[in-house]
Amino acid sequence: MRGLLVGGALAIVFLAAALLSLIWTPYDVEALDIAAKMQPPGGAHWFGTDHFGRDILSMIMVGARVSIAVALVAVGIGIGLGVPLGLAAATRKGSAFDEIIMRSNDLIFAFPSLLIAVMITAVFGPSALNAIIAIGIFNIPVFARLTRGAALSLWQREFILAARVAGKGPARISVEHILPNIANLLIVQGTIQFSLGILAEAGLSYIGLGVQPPTPSWGRMLADSQTLASLAPHLVLFPGFAIILTVLGLNLMGDGLRDLLDPRIRRARS
Amino acid sequence: MLRYALKRLISLGLSLVAASLVIFLSLEIVPGDPAAAMLGINAEPETLKALRIELGLDKPPLQRYLSWTSGMLTGDFGISYTYRAPVSQIILDRIWISLPLALLALLLSTLIAVPAGIWAATKRGSIADIAIVGTTQLGVAIPNFWFAVILVLIFAINLGWFSAGGFPGWAGGPLPALKALTLPAIALALPQAAILTRVMRSALLDTLGEDFMRTARAKGLSQRQAIWRHGFRNALIPVLTIIGLQFSFLLAGAIIIENVFFLPGLGRLIFQAIAQRDLIVVESVIMLLVFAVIVITFLVDLAYAWVDPRLRSRA
Repeated sequence: MRGLLVGGALAIVFLAAALLSLIWTPYDVEALDIAAKMQPPGGAHWFGTDHFGRDILSMIMVGARVSIAVALVAVGIGIGLGVPLGLAAATRKGSAFDEIIMRSNDLIFAFPSLLIAVMITAVFGPSALNAIIAIGIFNIPVFARLTRGAALSLWQREFILAARVAGKGPARISVEHILPNIANLLIVQGTIQFSLGILAEAGLSYIGLGVQPPTPSWGRMLADSQTLASLAPHLVLFPGFAIILTVLGLNLMGDGLRDLLDPRIRRARS
Repeated sequence: MLRYALKRLISLGLSLVAASLVIFLSLEIVPGDPAAAMLGINAEPETLKALRIELGLDKPPLQRYLSWTSGMLTGDFGISYTYRAPVSQIILDRIWISLPLALLALLLSTLIAVPAGIWAATKRGSIADIAIVGTTQLGVAIPNFWFAVILVLIFAINLGWFSAGGFPGWAGGPLPALKALTLPAIALALPQAAILTRVMRSALLDTLGEDFMRTARAKGLSQRQAIWRHGFRNALIPVLTIIGLQFSFLLAGAIIIENVFFLPGLGRLIFQAIAQRDLIVVESVIMLLVFAVIVITFLVDLAYAWVDPRLRSRA
C-alpha cells in the first residue's frame, strides 16, 4: 500500500507538471538566452540552464507532457487493438482465427520495439508519431496475449455458462461479462506498459528516432547535453532523474495496484 | 520430445519466412529511389538507370525478395550500395563487437542477479531483502543510456580508468578490446540484472513453498542443503527462460548503447545505413537480429520442454 501511495504521488507530480506546462512554464522553452547559458541550479533557474540558455525546469515540464502523451497513446493502441483481438481469439479457441492471431503476436514479439522504430524511421523518417506507432505496435501482442489468457479461464466459469444459456452471443458475453472481470488485470498491465513506454520514448528520442527539435523531450535533452556533462553535470542529471522518478512511480503504482486488485495476493498477505 | 521439437521447428521456419516478408515489404514501400538518393539530385538519367540495374532495382519485387532470401541462405546478403562491399562481410566485421558486448552484458547480469536473487529469497523480509528489492525497483527504472553517460562521466572523464568511447579492435589482443566493452556492458547489464534478480527471487520463493521442499527438510536436510539440492534447480527453469530472452533483447538494445560509446557494431551500422539509405544493409541487419530473437526463443522453448515434460504433452 505504501508503494502505491509513493508511486501514485510521483506519477501525479509529473502528470501535474505536464498538464501545467500546457498553460504555463517558468520560461519559454524555445527562447534562447546565450548570455545565461549553462547556469547551475539556482534562484532564477531552479534546475539551471542548458548550452543555449534555455530553462531546464521548463524543458522538463514540456518533456513530461511529450513523454506522457507518447506513452499514453502507445498504451491506448495496445489496449484498443490488443484487447478486442484477445477477446475474439478466446471466443474461438483453437480455431484458425485464434491461431492466426496468436502467431501474428509471436511474430510481432520477434521484433523488439527498437527494431520496429528503426524500420519505421527507415521508411517514414523520425518523428514523435512514428515513435508512438513503434511502441504501440509492440504493446498490441502484450495486451492480446494477456486478454486471451484471462478470458479463456473465464469462459470455463459457471456465470459465463449461465449467460450463454440465457442466449447471449460470444461478442456480448465478451463485452458484458469478460471485459469487466479482466479490467483489473488490464489496468495493472496498462500501468506497466505505460512506464515501459516512457523508457522507450526516451530511448528513441535519445537516438534521434523520436520527438524532433525544437520540442523538448527527456531523451533528446540527454543526447544534446551528453558531451557537456563533465562541464555541467546538471544537464544530464535532471532529465535522467525525471525519467527514473516517473518510471519508478509508475512501477510502484503498478505493483501496488496488483496487490490491491488481485484477491489472491490480498488473501495471502492477510 | 522429438515430435514437439519438429513441431516447433516448423513453426520456427514459418516465423522466419513471415519475418522476412514483413521486413522486405516494410522497406519496399520506402518513398524515393535509393539509386537517386545515392547519386544526388544532379545525377544523369543514364547513370541512374545503370545504377538501378546494378542494384537490381529494375527487377520485380517478388524476384528481389526471392533473390534476397535465397542469397541469405547461402551467406550472400548482397552488395552494400554505399560501402561497395559484400553486406555479409560488413556484418561479419561489426558482429565481433555487438556479439561479445551482448555476451559480456549477459554474463554480468547473470553474475549479479543470481546470487542477489537467492540471497533476497532466503532472507525474505530482512533488511537485505528489502534493500535488494528496492535496488531492483530503481534498476528497472534507470534508462541504460543515461546510466551509460553517468558511467562515462565517473569512470572515463573523472577517474580516467576507461576510454569514453571507441573500439581498438581485437588485433591488439583481447584485453584492450574487453576494456573498451566494459562500460557499455555494465550499462546494458544493469536493468537486465534488476529484472533477473526479481525473477530469481520470486522463482526461488515459489519453490521454497513447494511440498518437495518440506519433504527434503523432513528427510533431515538443513534449509541451506534443501535450497541448493532441490530449490535452486527448480527455480532455475524460469530464470533460464528469462536469460535466453534477455540475450536477444541485449543484442537489439546494443543499438542505443553502441551509439553512446561510438562502438562500430551492428547498432551504429544500422544508423549509418538509414542515413545513407543503404536499404540492403538495413534489411539484412534487422533480419539478422530478428533471426537471433526467433532462434533463441526456439532454443529456450526446447530447453524448457526438455526440463518440464508437461509442456511437451500440452503442445
